[in-house]
Amino acid sequence: MLEIKNIDVCYGDVQVVWDVSFDVKKGEVVALVGANGAGKSTNLKTISGILRPKKGHIVFEGNPIHTVEPFRLNEIGIAHVPEARRLFVEMTVDENLDMGSLKGAAKKEREKSREMVFDLFPRLKERRKQLTGTLSGGEQQMAAVARGLMSKPRLLMFDEPSLGLSPILVREIFNVIKKIRKEGVTVLIVEQNVQQTLSLADRAYVLENGRITLSGTGRELLVNDHVKTAYLGV
Amino acid sequence: MIPLEGFLQTLIAGILLGGLYALIGIGMTLIMGVMKIINLAHGELMMVGMYIAFWMFELFKIDPYLSIFVAVPALFFLGIALQKFLINPVLKVDSILPENQVILTVGIGMVLANLATIFFKSDYRSTPVDYGTSAWYLSDYWIDTPLDLSLSVPWTVSFLFAVFITISLWFFLSKTDMGKSIRATAQDLDAALIMGVNVKLMRVVTFGIGAGLVGAAGCLFIPIYYLYPSLGGQFTLIAFVITILGGLGSTIGAIIGGLILGIFESMTATYIGMGWAPVGRFVIFIAALIFLPGGVASLLKRQRFGK
Repeated sequence: MLEIKNIDVCYGDVQVVWDVSFDVKKGEVVALVGANGAGKSTNLKTISGILRPKKGHIVFEGNPIHTVEPFRLNEIGIAHVPEARRLFVEMTVDENLDMGSLKGAAKKEREKSREMVFDLFPRLKERRKQLTGTLSGGEQQMAAVARGLMSKPRLLMFDEPSLGLSPILVREIFNVIKKIRKEGVTVLIVEQNVQQTLSLADRAYVLENGRITLSGTGRELLVNDHVKTAYLGV
Repeated sequence: MIPLEGFLQTLIAGILLGGLYALIGIGMTLIMGVMKIINLAHGELMMVGMYIAFWMFELFKIDPYLSIFVAVPALFFLGIALQKFLINPVLKVDSILPENQVILTVGIGMVLANLATIFFKSDYRSTPVDYGTSAWYLSDYWIDTPLDLSLSVPWTVSFLFAVFITISLWFFLSKTDMGKSIRATAQDLDAALIMGVNVKLMRVVTFGIGAGLVGAAGCLFIPIYYLYPSLGGQFTLIAFVITILGGLGSTIGAIIGGLILGIFESMTATYIGMGWAPVGRFVIFIAALIFLPGGVASLLKRQRFGK
């Protein structure tokens, strides 16, 4: 479904992603794990067009997308729940959800999708007229996920969904990701919370210093010695 | 005139002026919010709007208020052209500081002012409409009124137009997808991009809307003011003060800021002296920078976010 082929990404003169290749198949949950500054978020930003690769290709359902205008990716079927939520804080929950469904079929089915995400996050329904800047951290993360779902994506990318959340909320968000995957949405997730992510993911890649150093199924990596010492602290 | 009557009359004049100021300020604020630059050609764009209204009146005897329907589209497209062909190329070059885009707008303003001087001479112009000096008096409607207050017809009509345009803009920004996309772009550009907003288009459209708004303000000002090519600078400053006073990029802040400035200027003119009105403007500007650096918007935010 999504193929990343040998991409290099730079911020100005500083190269942070080196020759990274990976792929996500339809219906899978794939995780990119690694420490701070390993280049995980950079990879996601490059897929959603905020950054451009210096070299390499990104192919989604057979079409190259690294040359497409970034604002068209949403229509093509890719949604991105960005790091630190990036909600429109001076807009209400409802307005944020509207922003998630601006184009094509998603716009026509806006009200249906809204009911669907309110079923998933009943809490947001109570808060629908509230500015998202006034929500708690957990509610904001729910709103960010809900906003991503509003575009009816075929591929949903999560950037650090557990960031800054209490363990209970982290579990709640991961449960939602499981539900989303049951609906047939392909998921690409970037996380520092290695333990929980690996138990959720079908496959995972370990990024270190901008390079992929390990890959395998979630279960394989959970018992891998290097992963155990470096990320799981056992 | 009893003191209370004078005070109320001054307050009314201030509110009417403030409503028009708000319209000028909103245009600049909108551009500020989305583009993150101060458009220092704002007053000059208003001057262009005023000239359109003036020539429509002079050549075709079209009422300045009707010229809104000509000036707004004209300024909208002028704004789009300026953004697309002059400001955007500068935005693209990473090494150029945002300050340079601001300086570019100063240059655009100078060119507009000097083109106006070349084509229209530096004569003072006005549109002598027949309702120009008429007024409504409270005593005409209520004979025993203890306080006689009056409302100048052109001032009131201009104010009502400004209110109507502001409400339409509010409706556009809060109820339509396009308006929400503009606000989203102002709040978080990258997130808006991820949501599928064509942020480049939004920038261009926003500059057009800002220019259109100030063009409308020009049509509303010309029945009550006079026109000369270098008038823009003064109004750029007014818009700038309102934008700071309101809190950069906040529309509601700009409305409140415009009203505060209008009332304050009107009060200074009545109680200190006509010539002191611009001084009042700068006193409030400096006071805002010292005591309320976030502008009115920071007060509103504090209330809403409970911080």
